Amino acid sequence: MQALTNRVKEVNRKPMSFMEKLYLPAIFKGMAITFSHIFKKKPTIQYPEQKREFSPVFRGLHVLNRDEEGRERCTACGLCAVACPAEAITMEAAERLPGEEHLYREEKYAARYEINMLRCIFCGLCEEACPKDAVYLSETFAPANYTRKGFVYGKEDLLIPNPKTDPQGLAEARGQHI
Amino acid sequence: MSEQQLFKVTIDNITIEVPAGTTILNAARKIGGDVAPPAMCYYSKLEGSGGKCRTCLVEVSKGSEKDPRPMPKLVASCRTTIMDGMEVKNITSEKVLDARAGVVEFLLINHPLDCPICDQAGECHLQDLSYEHGSESTRYEFQRRTFKKHDLGPHIQLHMTRCILCYRCVFTADQLTQKREHGVLDRGDHAEIATFIEKSLDNDFIGNVIDVCPVGALTDKTFRFKNRVWFLKPMDAHRDCPTCSGRVTLWNRGDEVYRVTARKDEWGEIEDTPEGKPGWICNTCRFEKKKTSDWIIEGPRNINRHSVIAQGHYAGKIGTNKPTETFAAVNDGRKPHLLMDIHSVSQVNKPEVKLSLIDGPAHSDAFKKNND
Ligand code: SF4
Ligand code: SF4
Ligand code: SF4
Ligand code: FES
Repeated sequence: MQALTNRVKEVNRKPMSFMEKLYLPAIFKGMAITFSHIFKKKPTIQYPEQKREFSPVFRGLHVLNRDEEGRERCTACGLCAVACPAEAITMEAAERLPGEEHLYREEKYAARYEINMLRCIFCGLCEEACPKDAVYLSETFAPANYTRKGFVYGKEDLLIPNPKTDPQGLAEARGQHI
Repeated sequence: MSEQQLFKVTIDNITIEVPAGTTILNAARKIGGDVAPPAMCYYSKLEGSGGKCRTCLVEVSKGSEKDPRPMPKLVASCRTTIMDGMEVKNITSEKVLDARAGVVEFLLINHPLDCPICDQAGECHLQDLSYEHGSESTRYEFQRRTFKKHDLGPHIQLHMTRCILCYRCVFTADQLTQKREHGVLDRGDHAEIATFIEKSLDNDFIGNVIDVCPVGALTDKTFRFKNRVWFLKPMDAHRDCPTCSGRVTLWNRGDEVYRVTARKDEWGEIEDTPEGKPGWICNTCRFEKKKTSDWIIEGPRNINRHSVIAQGHYAGKIGTNKPTETFAAVNDGRKPHLLMDIHSVSQVNKPEVKLSLIDGPAHSDAFKKNND
């Protein structure tokens, strides 16, 4: 038969010799390999005492960004929601009232913004779609939970601390995540 | 006799015969597809429209059989009638594509580029045009123009910054309604569509300016910011309306009617009714009938699959049939044990909140009020 690739290996169908039939030498060889690993460096990390370093492009839990003046950047354009392959993002928009200019950057904003972390596959497409630099995937992940309720993240969970009113909180959040 | 005369015209190497007096644009639309030049200001249902925006420029490489000289400059195809034996180049001409890119750049010079906020996004002709012909960045370094805010009645939202001065709305107001109450004030850079102070547009058909506006300058206030068009389900529906044809497209979310528009054809223009009249719809149908019970639903509307609106859009029966819960049926009526009811956790899409019934855009107080 013609081989489909050049990596084909013929199966050896010779009958086993006496030494092979004993099996013991092969067992000892295997044990020796296992034993030798005791002296090698341990790759296991004792999470949560020890934490592995994230790559700078790690795609973790989302944050909703604010601008330098602390205004919410998201304008509820829905592009993240339409880009999301898992349909994890939902939002409801509202119009900015006069006097709310310090809260929201644009005329329209997301009054409600929700990401269902049970659905999210952390692909980062929402981050890529966002025209307003509003949604980012941070270098952390959603903490485990016994129920499903804790995985629906609303705006209050996602928004970063306001750099104007809560600069300390922002610094802490940054220090935690970097 | 002369009306029946057929002229032969070749557009982008495709030859067709059209009645004398047809414009190049309409001849090209008969061929259809990419051959048809984009049109931002011409609107076949509005007399006198066209000739303002210059996006429909084409090259006439042969004037006619009798006079085969080419036309010296690119011509606006919506305003140029064909001659017998005329040869026209649209997308096959470098010059046309270059000129069109220039036109797009000019149209966008003062445009605020606020598509993320704009309700027209997803069905905007200027978006399509710039996507096809525009460049990725701007060379403009100055402040874009801004306007004082004008209110056009209780139902229509005007964003003058987005207007491209195509005059379609002016023609609509002129031809559909007897009183013309808004027009173009000032000239050039300062030109703007505006009401003459304090007169709100209360004519029965004025809502149609929303449909004719190729950009997001005129949008529906009753739909403002409620959702993005690509998350809505367009459905053909009709009702017995004493004022208009009552044939509309409903934009639904679930069973809620978020928006009502006239039905639009493949050129983005209002479809004709079976009697052959343009299917303009009245304000009552457009702004006040926001309940499914007001309408007889015909079925999902066909949407071009290249449009973002076609995402998640099912045509045919699937679009109207509600999925049934099979679990209870096969388990002697026993309800499935839900691990989590999403409405108990989620703040969005609350079943008891009917966004479609709010008169205008939602504000922070609306959300505070029904915040548990
Ligand atoms: S990371 Fe991917 S799956 Fe998760 S919300 Fe963003 S787009 Fe959706
Ligand atoms: S996060 Fe970005 S993409 Fe998503 S709605 Fe807000 S502005 Fe649009
Ligand atoms: S408001 Fe719209 S329809 Fe009227 S001139 Fe401006 S772009 Fe054209
Ligand atoms: S469509 Fe012909 S000039 Fe605007």
